[in-house]
Amino acid sequence: MKKNDIILIAVLLAAALLTAVGMRIWQMNNTRDAAKVVVTIDGQVYGTYPLDEDRTERIELPDGSYNILTISDGYADVTEASCPDQICVKHNHIKYSKESIVCLPNKVVVTVEGGEDSEIDGATF
Amino acid sequence: MNNRKIAFLGLFVALAFVLSYIEYMLPLNIGIPGAKVGLANLVVMVALYTVGEKETISLSIIRVVLVGLTFGNLSMMLYSLAGAGLSLCAMLIAKRTGRFSVTGVSVLGGVFHNIGQIIVAMLVLETESLLYYLPFLIVIGTITGVLIGFVANLITTRVKGVFKM
Repeated sequence: MKKNDIILIAVLLAAALLTAVGMRIWQMNNTRDAAKVVVTIDGQVYGTYPLDEDRTERIELPDGSYNILTISDGYADVTEASCPDQICVKHNHIKYSKESIVCLPNKVVVTVEGGEDSEIDGATF
Repeated sequence: MNNRKIAFLGLFVALAFVLSYIEYMLPLNIGIPGAKVGLANLVVMVALYTVGEKETISLSIIRVVLVGLTFGNLSMMLYSLAGAGLSLCAMLIAKRTGRFSVTGVSVLGGVFHNIGQIIVAMLVLETESLLYYLPFLIVIGTITGVLIGFVANLITTRVKGVFKM
């Protein structure tokens, strides 16, 4: 290993850490009480569900594959899926704005939206 | 290209193919889409430092097409092609600058492989939220890059003698 290699590794790790921390702070500051869970399939919106309401939703795809979305205690999680890699099931539950769970084989994306709508409503009062 | 090079290139294609299959059977499942160990990158690294640059590019393309046809589908091939292409570009540039050793080149390869895959995923799924995985993918790419680079260095120093004969 050369000195340059160590510098490269240090810069990469530092950049990753900084962006991770920065994004987390941004996410925490932009998540409001009225956060929603938006499910899209192949870029098309499939459904929107409030994050503060416990529910289990079966996301069905035309070809028979599925993902099961569970919302409980303010967290959204994919608890079961028909995809082969199961990355979406292994993924941690999410609650902050712009956090997402992705299922590449099914092209399903579950994203938390920070509830910006309610803020606009509040401001018009 | 002499016969020795052709023979080794064939050997490398076979090796990369087998390593891709092993990775396909033992996926790195940590809940992050696009994260890969990149075992096949080991062969690409060794080829880059022994057979040559042009040959490595063809090795990479042949591997992606072969693996895609055998184990995956068209969209999987697209992901690997973007990952392999971007990673190879980064490695070629890094090697040509002469500022990095095998480890540095391999780290850049690993990081850019993950970045390439996430870019294709963002285009396919039409969502920018995948961008939030980037820091984790950079960390994973760096770790696997260091490991692959270490092993590639061990192999390269031993295999290089064969090409000088």
